[in-house]
Amino acid sequence: MTEVALVIDGVDVVVNEGVTLLDACRSIAKQQPTLCYLETLAPVNVCRVCVVEVEGSRTLVPSCSRKVEGGMVVQTDSERVRHSRRVVFEMLASSVNLALVDHPTREWMESYNVDPARFGPPAAPTSDRDQRHAGHHGEVVGGAAETVHQPIKVDNSLYVRDYSRCILCYKCVEACGDDAQNTFAIAVAGRGFDARISTEFDVTLPEGACVFCGNCIGVCPTGALMFRSEHELRQADLWEEDRQSVTRTVCSFCGVGCNLELHVQDNRIVKVTSPQDHSVTEGHLCIKGRFGYEYVQELGDLASTPVDVVLRRARSDS
Amino acid sequence: MDLRFMADEPSAVERAVIARLIDPVESRNGQVVRGGHAARGHRHLLLPALAAVQSELGWVSRGALNEICRRLLVPPAEAYGVASFYALISTDPRPAEVTHVCDDIACRQVGGLDLLSQPSGGEVVTTPCLGQCDRRPAMFVQRAGGQDEVLVSGPPATVHAGPLLRRVGKVDPSSLADFRKQGGFEGLRRAQDIGAEAVVAEVKKAALKGRGGAAFPTGVKWEAVANEPAPRYLVCNADESEPGTFKDRVVMEGDPFAVIEAITIAAFATGCEKAYIYVRGEYPLATSRITAAMAASREAGLLGELEIEVFRGQGAYICGEETALFNSIEGFRGEPRQKPPFPAQAGLFGRPTVINNVETLINIPEIVLGGGDAYASVGTPDSTGTRLFCLSGDLARPGTYEIEMGRTLGDLVELAGGFAGEPKAILLGGAAGFFVSSDYLSMPLTFEDARARGVTLGSGVVMAFNHDRDMHDIVRRVARFFRDESCGQCVPCRVGTVRIEEAVARARSAPIDRPLIADLDRAMKDASICGLGHTAASVVQSAMAMGLI
Repeated sequence: MTEVALVIDGVDVVVNEGVTLLDACRSIAKQQPTLCYLETLAPVNVCRVCVVEVEGSRTLVPSCSRKVEGGMVVQTDSERVRHSRRVVFEMLASSVNLALVDHPTREWMESYNVDPARFGPPAAPTSDRDQRHAGHHGEVVGGAAETVHQPIKVDNSLYVRDYSRCILCYKCVEACGDDAQNTFAIAVAGRGFDARISTEFDVTLPEGACVFCGNCIGVCPTGALMFRSEHELRQADLWEEDRQSVTRTVCSFCGVGCNLELHVQDNRIVKVTSPQDHSVTEGHLCIKGRFGYEYVQELGDLASTPVDVVLRRARSDS
Repeated sequence: MDLRFMADEPSAVERAVIARLIDPVESRNGQVVRGGHAARGHRHLLLPALAAVQSELGWVSRGALNEICRRLLVPPAEAYGVASFYALISTDPRPAEVTHVCDDIACRQVGGLDLLSQPSGGEVVTTPCLGQCDRRPAMFVQRAGGQDEVLVSGPPATVHAGPLLRRVGKVDPSSLADFRKQGGFEGLRRAQDIGAEAVVAEVKKAALKGRGGAAFPTGVKWEAVANEPAPRYLVCNADESEPGTFKDRVVMEGDPFAVIEAITIAAFATGCEKAYIYVRGEYPLATSRITAAMAASREAGLLGELEIEVFRGQGAYICGEETALFNSIEGFRGEPRQKPPFPAQAGLFGRPTVINNVETLINIPEIVLGGGDAYASVGTPDSTGTRLFCLSGDLARPGTYEIEMGRTLGDLVELAGGFAGEPKAILLGGAAGFFVSSDYLSMPLTFEDARARGVTLGSGVVMAFNHDRDMHDIVRRVARFFRDESCGQCVPCRVGTVRIEEAVARARSAPIDRPLIADLDRAMKDASICGLGHTAASVVQSAMAMGLI
């Protein structure tokens, strides 16, 4: 393997040819913010929060996808980089509900002094986003900042889609498509600010090609896609992550050996994930591993905790 | 891949339209017998198939989309994502006749908006610039089962010809014989005589720079592709959609064989086995003339082994961006790709690709015939040859003007009979360009002078605005344009264009928020994927600088 030498923030770095600038940054423990990047998916470089400055380049470059080249001189914390990252975060925070983004992202936003309110108060939610025609949008008055806020989609018993939280990072599309599941139930539809994640003709998930593997939820960074159980518990104000334990085990349904992480609250499984670094799953599961856990906690008439009540309601309300 | 399709079936008409383009996947007992890679390898038929259904039926139903997906083995969700990307394709029922009235910056000044309320047999919608600014106001009529048509109101426009436009208006655009009588295809013969490498060498000597806006040296681009392994592709970018731009249309409508000849020479010189001409959907006349010229040239044996395909766009400005154009042809959403890799290494279908716009290409026969040195003696050392400019707005004689590079903006305005009324501002380069004042009339029209002054010649737009014009309204329309035409892929452009439009809208009744616009512009320039985001706020910035808003 050929090695490549470059300079990042004044530090000499030697990495293997073919790795990305993000890999190179991480090799010297310089973390970068990312939203659309995930180790297990092909980089789509669309969120632009990981941009860095490369000497000689007219524009900033996305560190997640740009390959290292010998002699590159890279700045990850210049005023120019900080400016773009701040404004991009402001654009997102002013148009999307980011309340459920992960802790590191929130820290990045604080470090860049993100102020989404500078674009004006958020405009009222709309309900026509799935019907908008490319190249046409309504009159803009400018008094408020347009958002993607819209009604939540609940059309099945396993998960909900709250696209008011969607930053259009394409991760769910990639995971549903040829980066993991090869089901292709969802894609990006529409154009511009009206672009959205959609099934064909916006049909419900059960009507479309969805196989309910839940891998889209597994990769969603903003909580736009969520397990029904988690959604219902959050609605009832019963979701308490700090009271949950996570137990790693092996799925018992077939012989593949997928590892499961059982998220348990009040002695009830409330969510199932798989470790992203697990060599078999890379974080992905099938419907059985993801949702077929009810047999270990059949909620009979005696089930009586508030969590039980909500879980039972979620299951019966399909 | 185990695809799940919808249950919806196409009508007999829909099935017949689709069958003309795509063979069915053969199946027996529910198992695909002939399909797989063979069918998936035809994904480039996706947009043509959607367009064919749209053209015949006026919209794309679930049954029709499903049938296309079954034949191409494309997931319905992806096909819907592609269909809903384009303004000229509707996935909802529409009347047979849809009139797209141009309400863009040139047409809206002279009655374009009044056309919106005229009685019509079908639906009336607005459209961004139709490339008819020299004959404004204009509209584009989509007719299901009939011919699409552009209707203009203005008088015939001026064509001020130099070597590139010399045949426009003088040659019968449908006659190969007439074209040859006027010197046509002599460039191709000469190219074949001197050989491919010599052609590339002449183009390098000519120092021809791309006329699409980026001004990249054409010869360098060609050499890079010629040195890459086959198969290679050539793409003629005729998706002319920059507001205020119509020169490529004038060429394609007036001298279509010239475009075919230029493409043939370029493909020969760079070793490309297949060429595409991507024509914007709102240019039905240019499309039919180019298609006929291509067929006649092929029949006459002039194209040799070269295959040329005319690909019709479906209403998306972004598809003029070269990598978005590739994705559009390949049957994906017209979203630009992050560069590198550049088209010369990995372009259409991932192969080395030459992509030039119409104006760049039609210089080629001249260069081959007269030699690169002679070509380079015209213009300035850094801006050789002649250039086509699109003059419109408040000028006495709007039209297409071909002038030697290096003449001034003032010369050009003079040629067009001067300003109509007291000039307030000139839009230079297009909606992705800049507003300039009369101070710029002394500026020589060259790449280097434009760069030195911090402006661009862009697509050759020179649109004049006099003192009666509502500049806030104009700037707001430009902001709306970019918001509508952003592909939506990257955050800075998708949200930035909305925030810019909102800030401009607020400035109707309050002072414009300069720091906010400057912050947005800077982040969009630095962090967007493609040129649309990079330039979307330029006009707003220059309008602020001139005090127009």
